[in-house]
Amino acid sequence: MTADWPIISATIWLPILGGALVLASGDKAPNVSRWLALIFAVLTFLVSIPLYTGFDAGTAQMQFVEKAPWIPAFDVYYYLGVDGISMPLILLTTFISILVIIAGWEVIQYKPSQYMAAFLMMEGVMVGVFAALDAMLFYVFWEAMLIPMFIIIGVWGGANRVYATIKFFLYTFLGSVFMLVALIYMYFQSGSMEILAFHDLKLNLTEQILIFIAFLLAFAVKVPMWPVHTWLPDAHVEAPTGGSVILAAIMLKIGGYGFLRFSLPITPDASNELDWMIISMSLIAVVYIGFVALVQQDMKKLIAYSSIAHMGFVTLGFFIAFIIMARGDVDSGAVLGMQGGMVQMVSHGFISAAMFLCVGVLYDRMHSREINDYGGVVNVMPWFAAFMVFFAMANAGLPGTSGFVGEFMVILASFRADFWFAFLAATTLIVGAAYTLWMVKRVVYGEIGSEKVAALEDINKREALVLTSLAVAVLILGIWPAPLIEVMDVSIENLVRHIAITKL
Amino acid sequence: MEYNLTTLQPVLPEIFLLSAACLILVVDLFLTEKTRLLTYGLSLAALIGTIAMTQYAAGPAHEIILSGSFVRDPMADVLKTGLLLVTLFAFVYAKDYLRELGILRGEYYVLGLFAVLGMMVMISANSFLTVYLGLELLALCMYALVAFHRDSKTGAEAAMKYFVLGALASGMLLYGISMVYGATGHLVLSEVAAVIAAGNADQTVLAFGLVFIVIGVGFKFGAVPFHMWVPDVYHGAPTAVTLFLGSAPKIAAFALAIRLLVDGLGGLFEQWQDMLIILAVLSLAIGNIIAIAQTNLKRMLAYSTISHVGFIFLGLIAGTDKGYSAAMFYAIVYALTAAGGFGVVTMLSRNGLDAENIHDLKGLNDRSPWLAFMMMLILFSMAGVPPTVGFFAKLFVLDAVVSIDMVWLAAVAVFFSIIGAFYYLRAVKAMYFDKPIDERPLLSSMDTQVAMSINGLAILAFGLFPAALLTACRTAFGI
Repeated sequence: MTADWPIISATIWLPILGGALVLASGDKAPNVSRWLALIFAVLTFLVSIPLYTGFDAGTAQMQFVEKAPWIPAFDVYYYLGVDGISMPLILLTTFISILVIIAGWEVIQYKPSQYMAAFLMMEGVMVGVFAALDAMLFYVFWEAMLIPMFIIIGVWGGANRVYATIKFFLYTFLGSVFMLVALIYMYFQSGSMEILAFHDLKLNLTEQILIFIAFLLAFAVKVPMWPVHTWLPDAHVEAPTGGSVILAAIMLKIGGYGFLRFSLPITPDASNELDWMIISMSLIAVVYIGFVALVQQDMKKLIAYSSIAHMGFVTLGFFIAFIIMARGDVDSGAVLGMQGGMVQMVSHGFISAAMFLCVGVLYDRMHSREINDYGGVVNVMPWFAAFMVFFAMANAGLPGTSGFVGEFMVILASFRADFWFAFLAATTLIVGAAYTLWMVKRVVYGEIGSEKVAALEDINKREALVLTSLAVAVLILGIWPAPLIEVMDVSIENLVRHIAITKL
Repeated sequence: MEYNLTTLQPVLPEIFLLSAACLILVVDLFLTEKTRLLTYGLSLAALIGTIAMTQYAAGPAHEIILSGSFVRDPMADVLKTGLLLVTLFAFVYAKDYLRELGILRGEYYVLGLFAVLGMMVMISANSFLTVYLGLELLALCMYALVAFHRDSKTGAEAAMKYFVLGALASGMLLYGISMVYGATGHLVLSEVAAVIAAGNADQTVLAFGLVFIVIGVGFKFGAVPFHMWVPDVYHGAPTAVTLFLGSAPKIAAFALAIRLLVDGLGGLFEQWQDMLIILAVLSLAIGNIIAIAQTNLKRMLAYSTISHVGFIFLGLIAGTDKGYSAAMFYAIVYALTAAGGFGVVTMLSRNGLDAENIHDLKGLNDRSPWLAFMMMLILFSMAGVPPTVGFFAKLFVLDAVVSIDMVWLAAVAVFFSIIGAFYYLRAVKAMYFDKPIDERPLLSSMDTQVAMSINGLAILAFGLFPAALLTACRTAFGI
């Protein structure tokens, strides 16, 4: 249904214009640019709240729709709308952006106005990716994300940042351009650029497989799936804390969103044919990458690999739907798997953001991410230790935290598909606990590692604010996930019904 | 025909420009070093006046005058306006650079205006002879401009190479034209097209003629394997000249291709389509790959030009009006972007030292954040990253290629543009991630800064609202 107020446009353009304003405010009075950025981030979050409160959870139709001609010569429209899949992700984006602005308050001293502006503009563009219903509009927003992220990692990142950021850009660019060719091809087949029209477009199996592979290249790199995951450890480690948070919390979800919005509904038969490939890649990510995380010495790298493993659950949840439907089981198993994937996306957004922020707190003080440099942090930073242990438990999937809900739903659904899928997926409960808790044990507990550790100060009010917000979110989602699941239920059921119908 | 103001209205812009150029040539003789800015001001006024004349004479009709040798159609109007605007930017950027090098002579502007005149004649050509006339006027002015800096050895070498290779290519073009004339018996393009359509021409002679004409067109664009002159000439010429050479003549080369291959020899589409496919793929490959190895910014941009030419050819290969309008959009957008890119290089050059290496870009974000931002927009536009207009230029060309079921060609093009993205990223990396080598602040005059801001922001604005320029290009081809 069409929107009375252009809420989505406001959520997109307010941070972008805010970013331009922050850029113009310059670096002569850095606090001005910081406060300006914070005001815009909070405003954007407030503007996005009506998307939740005014959302009709009973329909799978697109809501808050805005449509205006943009490039009439190519049937490209400025077409925005949200459903149960994209709305939670938009709220996640606007919420996390506030935390990122607060987190970068003191540590960013070099050109803070450019830093804040880059994040604000990226926020607007990411909301645009989730809300776009026109293929070209989606692609423009998708690619436009790369520029601010490239600058953020490259200017404010760590020692090896240039390698990491160029790798990130080229890897993602490679995947995206083949998606562009697929989108153009479908435009000529269907005569329209609307993504919803692509959902209904009839394609034969060869076309579907080629288009599926084109989309796979784009989304597999973004998620990231094994084996195209190698950009992520470098990018996450070298990025500044805020950059890692946005990368892990939001950007990875854009890949998962892409599978739900594009691969599954547009090429259901190809997805069916190639589900074995995606499921094996997901399981390899869960198991193998979990073991890789176990041997890491750098905290950020460990959390980066843990992100890859958690995102393996997401893609697993999405694609076991086909196995379940093929078995003739009740299709609520398929819906459960997809819902689990979605919940895992939102939960991982909170948890990985929190873990990176915790590491950021330590790094701001010690300028080291090596586990060996720490030890016994709990003695000098008890409040911080409390937060870190809590988030580590959430990362390991402790019931009561949001990490458990998504993983449990996916493992349950995997049982419906195949016992061995569930078995392999459930190993994450062990391996995930292993690497996270072992890191926590070495960093937080034990004897105090060095004099530098003994001199550490506990978290200040600003850091406490950020970590508390995330802790509350993780707890609420863990104890009472119903609001999230209700919102996306109808949209996911609609999607499962859609992919059950073959296009051939 | 009768020669009065009404019948000569279509050719009014050219007459105005010719008169202005001659006037400026004479006025400049009486000026000194200190009053040289008058030449500069008069040249800008001449360009603006010509734009006004072009818009005044513009309209939807195809007017053919002067015994069929001159045509004024919507495509010519759009291309001439684009050409004149790009030249305007080029002249503004060139002034400070020339003054630093001590070669701020009036001849630069006069030769530039005559070159523009040559390009306008090429754009409006309806006969082989007019095409050649405009081409040679452009070429001779460019040869002199490349050698403009008398004390530069690389400049002299570049001019020599350009002259010899250019003369060879012009000879090839003329040879092809003579063969087509021999086969069809006509010089006027529309009559040639009619003879070919009727099937009355000797096919073998026509085919040979076509090959030589494609060679001539390929050289003018700088497409592989006729690209040898591009890196050396771009490198050796003074940057103010490279700026002009790398931007405006691309628009004229596009017009050359349309007039010769589409208007004149459109009946031989299948033959020249195959040739252009080979040229396009080679240009995309070689341009992008060799650019990676360059440390000199001008050479890097030269090789990237070759790759962009590959994309323009893709639009021509499509053979549809949509394809031609996409190629036109790309040519105009590219000229604007190239003018901006080389313009930044001229703004960085100081005290006679050319800032032509990539490491001269280092730390530009610290020295001048606004200029770094403009250059970033320009570089990302060349790489084809949204939301700059370069993305839409590539998109429209890819659309045209996919519409004729050549999806493989589109895939090849995007693959090479990924390779191409690397060297643009390297330049952005130098500007934003590195500390500056040269800490001196950038001084440039107000008009240069304003022009660069308009240039960069136009790239962003057209990227957000590409419909306006696209519609202009499409009406030029009647869709």
